Amino acid sequence: MTHPTGPDALLVLEDGTAFRGAGFGAEGEAFGEAVFNTGMAGYQEVLTDPSYRRQIVSMTAPHVGNYGMNDEDGESDRVQVAGFAVREASRRASSWRATATLRDRLREAAVVGIEGIDTRRLTLRLREAGAMRAAVSTVDLDPSSLADRVRAGPGMLGMDLAADASCSEPYEASAVVGTVKPPDDSRMAPVFRVAAFDFGIKRNILRLLHENACDTVVFPARTPASDVLAGGFDGVFLSNGPGDPAATTYGIEAAGELVDAGIPVFGICLGHQLLAHALGGATYKMRFGHRGVNQPVIDTHTGRIEITSHNHGFAVDPEAWTDREAIEDARSEGPPAQGDPVRATAVESPGSGTVVLNRWNLNDGTLEGLRCERAKAFSVQYHPEAAPGPHDARHLFDSFRDLMANA
Amino acid sequence: MPRRDDIGSILVIGSGPIVIGQACEFDYSGTQACKVLRQEGYRVVLVNSNPATIMTDPEFADATYVEPITAASVLQVIERERPDALLPTLGGQTALNVAVALAESGVLDRLGVRLVGAGLDGIRRAEDRRLFVKAMDEAGLPLPRSGFAHTTDEALAVADTLGYPVIVRPSFTLGGRGSGLAADPESLARIAGEGLAASPITEVLVEESVAGWKEFELEVMRDGRDNAVVICSIENVDPMGVHTGDSVTVAPAMTLTDREYQAMRDAALACIRAVGVETGGSNVQFAVSPDDGRMVLIEMNPRVSRSSALASKATGFPIAKIAAKLAVGFTLDEIPNDITGETLAAFEPALDYVAVKIPRWAFEKFPGAEARLSTTMRSVGEVMAIGRTFAEALGKAYRSLERPEFTFGADGLPAQRTLDEVADPLAGLAVAGEHRLLMVERALADGHSVEEVAAASRIDPWFVDQVGSMAEAAASVRGRALATLSPGRLRAAKRAGLSDRRIALLTGSRERDVRAARRHWRIEPVHKTVDTCAGEFEARTPYHYSTYEESTEVRPATRPRIVILGAGPNRIGQGIEFDYACVHAAFALREAGFETVMVNSNPETVSTDYDTSDRLYFEPLTAEDVLAVCAAERPAGVIVQLGGQTPLAMAAELARAGVPILGTQVASIDVAEDRRKFGSLLADLRIPTPAHGTATSVEEAETVAERIGYPVIVRPSYVLGGRAMDIVYGPEDLDVFVREAAAANPDHPVFLDRFLEGAIEVDVDAVCDGDDVLIGAVMEHIEEAGVHSGDSSCVIPPPTLSDDELDVIESTVLTIARALAVRGLLNVQLAIRDDVAYVIEANPRASRTIPFVSKATGVPLAKIAALVLAGRSLAELRDRGLAPANGTGYRSLPHVAVKAAVLPFGRFPGADTVLGPEMRSTGEVMGIGEDLGTALAKAQEGAGVTLPAGGAVFVSVANRDKRSIVLPVGRLAQMGFRVLATRGTASVLARAGVPAEPVAKRSEGSPNAADLIEAGDVQLVINTPFGRGPRTDGYFIRTAAARAGVPCITTIPGLVAAVQGIEALARGSGEPRSLQFRQLRTAEAAAGGRGSARGPRGVAGSDADVTIGSGVLDPALIASPGGEGGKGST
Ligand SMILES: Nc1ncnc2c1ncn2[C@@H]1O[C@H](COP(=O)(O)OP(=O)(O)O)[C@@H](O)[C@H]1O
Ligand SMILES: Nc1ncnc2c1ncn2[C@@H]1O[C@H](COP(=O)(O)OP(=O)(O)O)[C@@H](O)[C@H]1O
Ligand SMILES: [Mg+2]
Ligand SMILES: [Mg+2]
Repeated sequence: MTHPTGPDALLVLEDGTAFRGAGFGAEGEAFGEAVFNTGMAGYQEVLTDPSYRRQIVSMTAPHVGNYGMNDEDGESDRVQVAGFAVREASRRASSWRATATLRDRLREAAVVGIEGIDTRRLTLRLREAGAMRAAVSTVDLDPSSLADRVRAGPGMLGMDLAADASCSEPYEASAVVGTVKPPDDSRMAPVFRVAAFDFGIKRNILRLLHENACDTVVFPARTPASDVLAGGFDGVFLSNGPGDPAATTYGIEAAGELVDAGIPVFGICLGHQLLAHALGGATYKMRFGHRGVNQPVIDTHTGRIEITSHNHGFAVDPEAWTDREAIEDARSEGPPAQGDPVRATAVESPGSGTVVLNRWNLNDGTLEGLRCERAKAFSVQYHPEAAPGPHDARHLFDSFRDLMANA
Repeated sequence: MPRRDDIGSILVIGSGPIVIGQACEFDYSGTQACKVLRQEGYRVVLVNSNPATIMTDPEFADATYVEPITAASVLQVIERERPDALLPTLGGQTALNVAVALAESGVLDRLGVRLVGAGLDGIRRAEDRRLFVKAMDEAGLPLPRSGFAHTTDEALAVADTLGYPVIVRPSFTLGGRGSGLAADPESLARIAGEGLAASPITEVLVEESVAGWKEFELEVMRDGRDNAVVICSIENVDPMGVHTGDSVTVAPAMTLTDREYQAMRDAALACIRAVGVETGGSNVQFAVSPDDGRMVLIEMNPRVSRSSALASKATGFPIAKIAAKLAVGFTLDEIPNDITGETLAAFEPALDYVAVKIPRWAFEKFPGAEARLSTTMRSVGEVMAIGRTFAEALGKAYRSLERPEFTFGADGLPAQRTLDEVADPLAGLAVAGEHRLLMVERALADGHSVEEVAAASRIDPWFVDQVGSMAEAAASVRGRALATLSPGRLRAAKRAGLSDRRIALLTGSRERDVRAARRHWRIEPVHKTVDTCAGEFEARTPYHYSTYEESTEVRPATRPRIVILGAGPNRIGQGIEFDYACVHAAFALREAGFETVMVNSNPETVSTDYDTSDRLYFEPLTAEDVLAVCAAERPAGVIVQLGGQTPLAMAAELARAGVPILGTQVASIDVAEDRRKFGSLLADLRIPTPAHGTATSVEEAETVAERIGYPVIVRPSYVLGGRAMDIVYGPEDLDVFVREAAAANPDHPVFLDRFLEGAIEVDVDAVCDGDDVLIGAVMEHIEEAGVHSGDSSCVIPPPTLSDDELDVIESTVLTIARALAVRGLLNVQLAIRDDVAYVIEANPRASRTIPFVSKATGVPLAKIAALVLAGRSLAELRDRGLAPANGTGYRSLPHVAVKAAVLPFGRFPGADTVLGPEMRSTGEVMGIGEDLGTALAKAQEGAGVTLPAGGAVFVSVANRDKRSIVLPVGRLAQMGFRVLATRGTASVLARAGVPAEPVAKRSEGSPNAADLIEAGDVQLVINTPFGRGPRTDGYFIRTAAARAGVPCITTIPGLVAAVQGIEALARGSGEPRSLQFRQLRTAEAAAGGRGSARGPRGVAGSDADVTIGSGVLDPALIASPGGEGGKGST
C-alpha cells in the first residue's frame, strides 16, 4: 500500500527522535528496545523468535509481508516482538502456503505495527547512537510526552527475560517435531538423549536436533543442573533467549555445574554467553548488535568463512580472560585478513583449563565462538539452525553429535 | 593466500561489438578487470574489436589488440605476446567460446598459457547441456524433464514422452537464440528446425515447459578456498517463457519465503560447486511453481553476465572487479569492500531499497518481425531505477526509458490510444508484449480483479497489486486542478512513483507547474545511498538515488562540482560511444581538480561504476530528476553535450530553471537542432546545403517537395537515429511518410530536403574552444549518403578525398563552429557531390565516432573536450602537451582504420535487411591494418560477417547498378568464385566476359536463389533493391541470406569494399599490432620520427624493441590507470 490508510501512529526513541507513520496490526501502545534487522526475507521467523521479547523490531528491507504468514515457518507458537516498524506492510499475501496476511496476524496477536516511516533514518540513528528504549503508539501522538514515558521505563541492560520466555514444564521435543527415527546410515548410528535448557528456544533448533538423531527433552530455564545430570542424558543444549546474559544468573550456574560434571554441552547465542560466563569470561552490551542473515564468520581452525544468521545485542568479551596468547591455526600461514589478526586465541578458565576462542566476525572482529577441550563444551554466538538465514553453519549439529559420541 | 606470482602476464578477451544478448555490460566488466589486474602489477594484454569501449583505450592495458574476437586472431596475439594466463570469463559468451576452442585445440598447453577464472572442465559442464544435466543429477539438483534431439523426428519423439507444451533449447547459442515454446507437434517441428540450424553442433534439448512459473536468478561468487556467497537475488516480474533479458526484473526477490529462498541459495551454491567454477562470478537461474512451490534449476552461466552487471549496480558489490582478483589467487576475505571501507568482500549484500530493471526494445525499427516477447532475447538495452518501494522504483524506471508514450496510464498519449483500441485487456495480457504492464493497469482500471489479471498474464499477484496501487494514486489525482490538490495527496502520488509529467497530464497542467507546486509545499525528494549493508556500516562512496523520504545523505563537497549527464539506456542510435565520452570527461575533470558528479540510468555501463566519478546518482535522465540532483549538489556547471540526444534535448529546460550549462550554450544548440534555423544560418554563411523546407501537413509537404524536386528525404527534427525518416520518390508515398513522422514527435514540424543521390558521405568530429578548432578527423563513409552514417562503414584516413577537398571540409567546420560559438565537441555531417561539400547536419555534442577517432589517431578527443568545457583554451592545452601541437595527423596515419556497423537482423527474422536513412545497427567494430583491404576484412570479420575466400556468389542487382558490378564481380571470378546471377544480370556479365550461370527468380519457380541460399550452395549474396516492401524477389533473397548467415551486400560501394577485403584475405592480413605500438608509430610520424616515446612504464614483451617516449604526447595521457596513485584516475 503506497499511501497507508491506517490510524496515525508515532514511533519515538528515548532521545526524542520521532517518526510519524500509519498504524497497522493492533492499535494501542508498545514499549521496548528499538533494534533493526537487515534480513530481506524471513519476517515470520523474526516475529516469532522469543529472543526479540521486549524489543521493537524495525526491518531495513522496505517491503514486509509480501508472502503473508503461514502455519509452518513460526519459530514459536506466537508473535513475540513488542512492536514492529516497516516502510510498507503488504496489503495482500502472495504465496501458496499463506494462511493469513501480516496485518491480520499482528492484530490477532495484539502487537502494534507502524508503517510508512523512513526506516533507514531510524537505522542510521540506532547505528550512531546505539540501540535504545522506544515506544510505538496510536494513542499518544505527542513526541515529547511519549518520549518522557519511554525514559521512565527500564532498558535492556541487567534485564532477566529468559525465564519468562521459557516453558513452564519439561516436555518431550517429539511432541513438537515428531519422534526420532533410528538413523539409517551408520555414521548416525546411536540415537542420543539430549536435555535442552529452554531460555526462549527457537523451534528450528528442535527440528535440527531431531534430524541429527537427538531425542530431546526440553527443560524450563530455572531447572537445576542436578536434575538434568540425574536424567542420564548424553549431552546438554543451552538455548538462545532474550535479555542480559549477566542477569541470567541461574543459567550461568547451571552451565558451570554441567561443565564441571564433564557432560558434553552445546550452546547457541544466549547459551554461548552463559557458557562463557561459566568458563570465567564476561559479556558486554554491543552498540546496536548483530541482527541479520549476512554476517561473515571465520573458523580459525579450518579457515573457512560462513555466512551466518544473527540476533544478539550482547557479546562475549575476549579481553575478559587475562591469561591469553595467540596460537597457531589454519590461518597462520597467510597474512592476517583485514584489520587485527584473526587468530585463534587460547585463554585459561579457572578450573576448566584452556578455552579456545575459535570463531570471529569478519565485519567487526566480534567473538563468535569458543571451545573448551577439557569441559567437552563448545558454543557459537550466531544461529546455525538459521530460520531465518543461510544454512552454511548447520554442520555444528553434527559436531555436537561427534562431541557426544567421543565423550 | 595472496595473488599468484607464478604468472606475470594475463590475456583478457573482450566481448566485441554490442549485439542483442551481449551488450556493453562486458565493457563494464572487462574495464574493471583490466584496471584491477594492472593495479596488482600484472602485464595485461587485451583483445577486443570494439573501439567504443573504455577498455580498448590504450591506458587500460599494456598491449591492446583491436582485432576480431575469433580463435584465429586471438591465437595470433597469443603467439606474439606469449601471455602466461588467459582470463575468459569477463567477455561474455564470445570470449568463453573462443577460449574453449583454443583450449580444446591444445594450443594453450603447447604455448604454456593457463586458463584462470574458470577451468576447461567447468566451462564444458556449464555450456554442454548434456554434461550439465549429468552434473546436476549427480548433485541431486532438480531440472525440468528433458531429452536431446539432433533431428526434428527425434525432437517429436522426446516431446511425446514429456507431453506438450515443450521448449526447444539449442546447444551453444546465446541469448536464447533459436529457442522457442511449442504447444503442439506442428509448431515443434518448425521451432526444432530453427533450433537445429542455430546450434553450431545441430543439437537441441527438448524440455518440459514450465512456462508461467516464477523465474529467479542468483548471482553467486566463489573463491579458490571454496568460500561461496550470494551477491544478489533477482526476481523476474515476467513469468518463465519470457527471456530474463526481455523481462522486467526486480532486486531483491520479493515473493519468496525464507525457506524457499534458502533452498534456492543452497541449490545455487551446490550448482557452482558441481559444475566446478573455481573462482569468480556465476549466474544461476531457477523456476518456481506458484501453485505448489516446486523448484527446478534452469541454467547457469559460469561467467560474468548481463545480470551480474545489473547485480553489481543494484547492490554496490563490484562483481567483475572482485572476480578478477579471485582469478589471480585472492580469497574473498582478502579483498576490502570499497563502499564501507571497513568490511570485506566476504559477505552478502543487504538491500534497504528496491532496484527495478526494464528492457528497452526497438521493434518499430524492424517492421515485419513479430513484436511478441519469447524465450529469445530481443531487447537492445535496459534501464535500472532505485527507490525505497517497488512502486517508486517502477515509476522511475518507466520515465528512464525516455519513451513519452510509454508511461503508466499514458493519459491521452499514443500508447493510451493503442490501449483504447484493445477491446479486452485480459486477452491482450495472454500474449506478453512490450506494453504488458500498461495493459495490467488498464485491466485493473476496467474493474478486473488482481486474481483475474494475474491468471491472464501469469504475473505474480503481488506485482499486479503494486501496479494497482499506482493506478489508485493516479485516480486520486485525475481530473483535479493542481491548485486544489492537498499537499498530502500530492506527496502520496510522488511516493507511489508518479512522475511530475504524469501528474501534469492527470491535472491538465504543465510539468513545471507541478514542480513549482511541489517546491511550494516543500515536497522534494531526498537522496539516499547504495551502501551494500542496509545502513549497518557507514558508506564512504557517495553512490546515491532519489526517494520521497525524510532524511538526505548528500555530504557537502570540498571542490567545485561538475555534473555530467549520461546517455541513458542503450538503443539503436545511442549506444556506449556516448558513455565513452562521459567517462573520459569524468577522468579528465577529476584530474583538473573538480569533483565529478555522474547522472545516468544505464546499469550496463562504465559511467555507472561508482569508481568512475567522485559522486554517482543512479537516476532517470529527465528534467525532474536532474534538477533534483542539481538542487542537492549546486554544481558549478552541467555538461549536456556528451550523452547524445537525451541530455541535449533537456538543455533548454535546465537552463530555464537556472542551471549553468557548460560548453555550447542553449541558443546555439537550438539553432543546430532546428533544421529551419540551421538552414538559414548556413545560407547566411554561404555554406552549401541541400534545398530544404518545412511542413506541418501533407498539403504543405507536397508543395515544398515540388519546389525542391524529388527525390526528397522526409524527417522530424529533434529525433536521433533517423527515426521515422525515409526517402520519397514521388507525391504518393509522401502522404504516408508525413503522417508517420508526425506520430514519432507530434510537437515539431516535419522537415524535407533534397536527397543527394550517389553523394559521398563525410563525418567530422572536432573540438572548439569558441575560436580555435582541433579537427579530430574527417571520416569518409563507404556507403553513399542515404544509408544512415550509423549503419555505414567509415575510414580514416579518408581514402578518396583530395587534400583540397579536405581543406574545404575543415574550413566549413571551422566556420560553423565559430558561428555557433561552439565550446566543446562538434560533429558535422556532409555529402560531397559534383565537387560541392553540402552540409547535412551539425550536432553540437559528442558523436558515435568519438572513440573510433581517438583510437585511430591516438588523440583523446573526449578528454581534450572536457578540459575545454572546464575553461581551458586549445592553445593552453597544446602548450601543456595535453593536445597535439599540429593536428591529429589523421590525413597521413601509418595505418588504415575502418569502423563497421553490426546489424541485428539475425534476431528479427522477416525484417528486410536493406539499409536506409533510419539507423538499425546495435554496435560497431574497428578493423586496423596496413592497407584498406586488410582493415576492411578485419572490420567485417569482427562484425560477424566472415567474407568467404571462395565458393559461389549470387548476384542480382537493379538495372541502374548493372554497369557498376561488372568490374568487382569480374575480379571475384578471377579469384575463382563461381558466379550465379538472375537472367538480366547474367547477360550483362556475360557480354563483359564474366562467366555467370543463370538462376531462376522466385517468380520463375524453383530452384530459385532463395532455395540455393537455404541449401548452403551460396557463400556470398550481392543484391541491390529494385524497390521496397516485403513482396519483392529481393526481400526473399535477402531474408534467406540473413537466416542462413550468408553475407549479403546491398550497395555497390559495399560490394567494392568487400572485394578489396577478400583480396586482402587472399594476401594474408599480416601480424596483429597493438594499439600502443601503432600510436607510438603515429606519434613518431607526426613528430617527423624524432626521438623515441618513453612512458612511465616501458612496454615489455614483443614491442620492447621500441619504448614509448614523451615525443609529442604527454606521458600523463598514456599513464596506466591507477598505477600511479589515485583510485582509478587516469
Ligand atoms: N523449461 C522451460 N519452460 C519454459 N520456459 C523456459 C524453460 N527453460 C527456459 N525458459 C525460458 O527461456 C529463457 C531462456 O532460457 P535460458 O536457459 O536462460 O537460456 P539463455 O542461455 O538464453 O539465457 C529463460 O529466461 C526462460 O524464460
Ligand atoms: N539531403 C540528403 N541527401 C542524401 N542523404 C541524406 C540527406 N540527409 C540525410 N541523409 C542521409 O540520412 C542519414 C541520416 O540523416 P541525419 O540528418 O544525419 O539524421 P540523424 O540525426 O539521424 O543523424 C545521413 O547519415 C545520410 O546518410
Ligand atoms: Mg538464461
Ligand atoms: Mg546524422
